Amino acid sequence: MTTTTNALLSVEKLTRRFGGLTAVNGVTLDLHVGEVHAVIGTNGAGKSTLINMLSGEIEASEGRITLDGTDITGRAQWKRARDGVGRSYQRTTIFPEFSVHENCRLAAQAATPKPWAFWESSRGCATSSASADAALEAAGLTHEAQRIAGTMSHGAQRQLEVAMCLATNPRVLLLDEPLAGMGAEETDRMLTLLARLKATHAILLVEHDMDAVFRIADRITVMVNGAVIATGNPTEIRENPEVRTAYLGDH
Amino acid sequence: MTAMKRSAFLLPVACAVAVGIAGPFMGNYASDFIVKVMILSIFALSLELLVGMTGLVSLGHAAFYGIGAYVTVLASGNEGGNFALLLPAAMGVAALYALFVGALSLRTRGVYFIMVTLAFAQMAFFVFHDTKVGGGSDGIYMYVRPAIGALDMENRTVLFYVVLASLVFTYALLALIRRSRFGAALAGIRVNEQRMRAAGFAVYGYKLAAFVLAGALAGLAGFLLASRDGVVNPELMAWHNSGEVLLMVILGGLGHLRGAVIGAVAFTLLKEIFSTHAVMGPLADHWQLTLGLTIIVFVALLPKGLIGLVQRLSPKGAA
Repeated sequence: MTTTTNALLSVEKLTRRFGGLTAVNGVTLDLHVGEVHAVIGTNGAGKSTLINMLSGEIEASEGRITLDGTDITGRAQWKRARDGVGRSYQRTTIFPEFSVHENCRLAAQAATPKPWAFWESSRGCATSSASADAALEAAGLTHEAQRIAGTMSHGAQRQLEVAMCLATNPRVLLLDEPLAGMGAEETDRMLTLLARLKATHAILLVEHDMDAVFRIADRITVMVNGAVIATGNPTEIRENPEVRTAYLGDH
Repeated sequence: MTAMKRSAFLLPVACAVAVGIAGPFMGNYASDFIVKVMILSIFALSLELLVGMTGLVSLGHAAFYGIGAYVTVLASGNEGGNFALLLPAAMGVAALYALFVGALSLRTRGVYFIMVTLAFAQMAFFVFHDTKVGGGSDGIYMYVRPAIGALDMENRTVLFYVVLASLVFTYALLALIRRSRFGAALAGIRVNEQRMRAAGFAVYGYKLAAFVLAGALAGLAGFLLASRDGVVNPELMAWHNSGEVLLMVILGGLGHLRGAVIGAVAFTLLKEIFSTHAVMGPLADHWQLTLGLTIIVFVALLPKGLIGLVQRLSPKGAA
């Protein structure tokens, strides 16, 4: 299987229990720079719980997460984000009343927070402004920069969701259904963006759009009831009999 | 855009200058009333930092106000205290209590945060009410007001201008913070705390910093109040005082610094009018009732507060 030596983010036997329910059960996977690693599975398979544990939103019950060889299992979410683990949310989680640019600028400000410099204007912060511009450019939102984020279409808000993640200049991207609710054109643009980003980022993609997954993913992990039933390249997964029964059986 | 910013800057400055020029020509009653309103404005501004800017609804803010006032009186001694020591002491002790209260209460959110801040304020209230630390329920007198050189708070003119300068300082400081990275982060926390954490902000630290600063500024208001009245009592920390300052902020309009000032002015004015026999006749004895009803009407008709009314009346929305 995969070599763990050069994995940027490594997950070993990660488990999360909610009371009697085991939402994620002993998941092991690696994320490498240059690879889009898709995690697929039915609703309730534990994909979002997995992302929540990797980003530090919820604690793991068992197992280990290492970033670049350092154990980050117990590290607070904001510290992980500063260390380069960026995420997007399945439910759009933006600042609806701020401008699109300010959404990204504020996210980027986390890298140069300087909260004590109360005499300096946030809008005049060149570093965060430049990161925001770059992220908006990458996500194809430059023309919407001055718009109030909450007034954009659902698809554009999904793009902003990813742009805000990029604005923090992460090394690892954890994307929770970035394509949900996007039109064909927006999906194409997002996939092109991901293909470009993977050269410099390790990407975990949770997605329901199977066409998109098989187009973009270099490696696919299939989860059923919290556990991994198969990992492999798209061809291997497509031909895996267990995956076929699990998927075809459920639908 | 720039025209709007200029008006946002010019109007408060014009108000401060007008009050400063009018000061010496006012009678004792007017001058005393304006000093009271300015102190309450500082108190309301300090709460606006929490409620309007950070989205933290505290129902225990009077504790820091009261502590600032008590520290001023208790540290004064019989011959009166040094202004330059008492002011930082009042703000410092209030900030320390805010650090303690904030560190614990900020682990909760929403209605629990409201209840915990209220509980800590009640704790402070009962410490001063039921023990001899500050003279019990009767409170304690300050025999000589704080002074340093010519800066003597016994002098009404000095008091007037010190209070005005404090209000200008508080307003300017908060206006700067609002436009700073710190202020932007607080706004982000108010709108979407989860996303701020995901972006890499130490949200708890930011909220605690805001809470401590708000406590220190409330302590400043408390120092000024003690210097004006020369007496403090536990009622300063009572929960209805925390409720009143919250009402001022909401009445004026959340999310605007001038809203807090407008709210403090309007609230104090209404209270003064409704409790004056010459205006209200026998109803003046029931001013809580008339004031309460008026505020209900205001909040129902003006969900954005009095500042919303100003904005609606000015066609360009420049105010």
